[in-house]
Amino acid sequence: MNNHEHPEQMKVKYFSFGTKIVALIAALGLATYFYRFFVGLEAVTNLDNQYPWGIWIAIDVASGVALAAGGFTTAALAEIFHKEKYHSVIRPALLTAMLGYTFVAIGLMADLGRFYNIWHPMMPNMWQGNSVLFEVGICVMIYLTVLYIEFLPIVIERFKNKVNLPGLLAALNKPIDLLLTIAEKTLGRITFVFIIAGVVLSCLHQSSLGTLMVIAPTKMHPLWYTPWSPLLFLLSAISVGFPMVIFESILASRSFKIKPEKKVLSSIAKYTPIILFVYFIIKILDLIYRDALHYIWEGSLSSYSFSVEMLIGVIIPAIMLQNSKIRNTIGGLFTAASMVIFGVALNRINVFLVAYNPLFETEVYFPSIYEIAVTIGLISTLVLVYRFLVIVFPVISIDGETKKEMENRNQVGIIK
Amino acid sequence: MEKKRREFLKIIAAGTSGLIGGSTLASESSSKKDTGSYLGVLVDTVNCIGCRKCEWACNQENQEEKHELAKFESKEVFKTSRRPETDKFTVVNSYDNPKAPNDESFMKVQCMHCNEPACVSACIVGALTKSESGAVSYDAWKCIGCRYCMVACPFQVPAYEYHDVLTPEVKKCTFCNHRIKEGKMPACVEACPEEALTFGTRKDLIELAYSRIKKSPDKYYPYIYGEKDIGGTSWMYLTGVNYNKTQLPELPEEPIPEITESIQHGIFKSFIPPLALYGLLGLIMYSTKGEENSEGGENE
Repeated sequence: MNNHEHPEQMKVKYFSFGTKIVALIAALGLATYFYRFFVGLEAVTNLDNQYPWGIWIAIDVASGVALAAGGFTTAALAEIFHKEKYHSVIRPALLTAMLGYTFVAIGLMADLGRFYNIWHPMMPNMWQGNSVLFEVGICVMIYLTVLYIEFLPIVIERFKNKVNLPGLLAALNKPIDLLLTIAEKTLGRITFVFIIAGVVLSCLHQSSLGTLMVIAPTKMHPLWYTPWSPLLFLLSAISVGFPMVIFESILASRSFKIKPEKKVLSSIAKYTPIILFVYFIIKILDLIYRDALHYIWEGSLSSYSFSVEMLIGVIIPAIMLQNSKIRNTIGGLFTAASMVIFGVALNRINVFLVAYNPLFETEVYFPSIYEIAVTIGLISTLVLVYRFLVIVFPVISIDGETKKEMENRNQVGIIK
Repeated sequence: MEKKRREFLKIIAAGTSGLIGGSTLASESSSKKDTGSYLGVLVDTVNCIGCRKCEWACNQENQEEKHELAKFESKEVFKTSRRPETDKFTVVNSYDNPKAPNDESFMKVQCMHCNEPACVSACIVGALTKSESGAVSYDAWKCIGCRYCMVACPFQVPAYEYHDVLTPEVKKCTFCNHRIKEGKMPACVEACPEEALTFGTRKDLIELAYSRIKKSPDKYYPYIYGEKDIGGTSWMYLTGVNYNKTQLPELPEEPIPEITESIQHGIFKSFIPPLALYGLLGLIMYSTKGEENSEGGENE
């Protein structure tokens, strides 16, 4: 803890080769996204009266929310339980959560038939307290606001004492600086209110997402239909929080040519097997209690998908991360983290799509090329915005050793 | 006899129409209501001759694009099993019934207008409401188009106007609530030439159904579908064979919203659980603060 790292702006060119490819995919996806608003849902999706929900709900919204769980789990660990050594991962996790939820909202807009009414749930005359979806919607909206407030100090830090407007606007430099200083002080004092609120709101809507499909008891496959679904959703969201942080951190270090913080990452990975284990036990007990365990051997798509979800998403990564040797290698960490992420995403797809058996289906839903393009496009756009923001704002921490190395590199490469 | 039935039913409808008007606030939907006073329709599939006049009447009453009666006279449609669509709120299908002439009986399909509708409980903005009359009504103006009602419906009835770019609506049988308010019966019931559709309060209809079963036990399967299924429905069915050999889905007796709403209200009971969690986390945050300093702290 001697040389406490402080987050910095990434000093790289925005467009690398990889970034250009991602930008191309994003452009195609976004074009499809806007196309949807001109031609309607029938023209671009394979949704019908039997399958009202497709991958835009299962992946963009449900998986999106789950995979943004790094934000509240990290905040809880580092800021509420005050585990200081994890401080360096707070900001990247916060940024991911902020962008994740923003893109959940953007993705949802495409799926809503009357997207321009998206604000309706906020109006008291339309509040519907019995609706699980209402609770999810309200919590996500408030949480998104909280995330933006939590990100504000990073924006202030970037511009404080650096306000330098051109020309006549220069007169405003001092007042704006003063304003930023006051804002920073005020936020610093009340920020704990938002941090706790963020964790509470996350627990609420992560679990309520699991209640959503409980409304269709007769259509859901018994492997996933359980009144305990909210608890399972909350636990799996918590379990994927740190793996997301690890996954991103390693990817970012590759992309920005910095050393991954192996110590911090392998240390934070210790928690994951414990949560996965608890999740696994509750899931199995629930299946036994409901006498649904035998469906695993049913030989259907559902049973295979369930087995993959549990094996690759829960059991194997839990065993891997339990092993200190694997946990202490970047490759091991990355593989195990990716598996947990895959498992949770697959779980959401299973619950919202695979388990859903409409009564009178004529053909099974499979996403259209447009639906897939939008989903991949939105994920790519998120990556691009993330890259942009870590270049503009101090988000990612660099440890002392790497920093020296980089400075040397810069001195060689750049003539001042 | 036909005339007498209609007179009788009209009186029931007029009596109840006074109750209609103020739509109920959805938040109290789980409170126990006198479900017997809801209006409903008894569909006697044994008496149904498959003439499809109800489909035609529904088209005339509820669709902008109106078709001639002749278009509904084809029996070809019975070769497949159809579902209600955005442009037809009701369809008639056939099912095998060895006791019937030609071994087939007919079954009208439409929104069941549940006593405790899953769609109403699911709707994020209260665009779907259970009216005092018993009709489950839809307000397109409130709707955001999330289609959660379609996920929730245990009968898979609501249809969506996916083709509409800007103002798609959820479409389903309205129970002709606008007609009921005027003291009239639903268009399909009025058009039915046989004793296949009977309009009245649920209480009276259940009595009527039992008396029919009692009178001709060889004709009917002794069960009123919708009396208790999924908490009871406004539209109820008499069948010639076990209902599970028809299109009617096998459902539990518990109303669907009971499960989700009890989870939901449990989590939010007077906001105590969220506030307790907030307090607990605050306490942890405060009490672990010392550790931060002992570790060196972050701010100089």
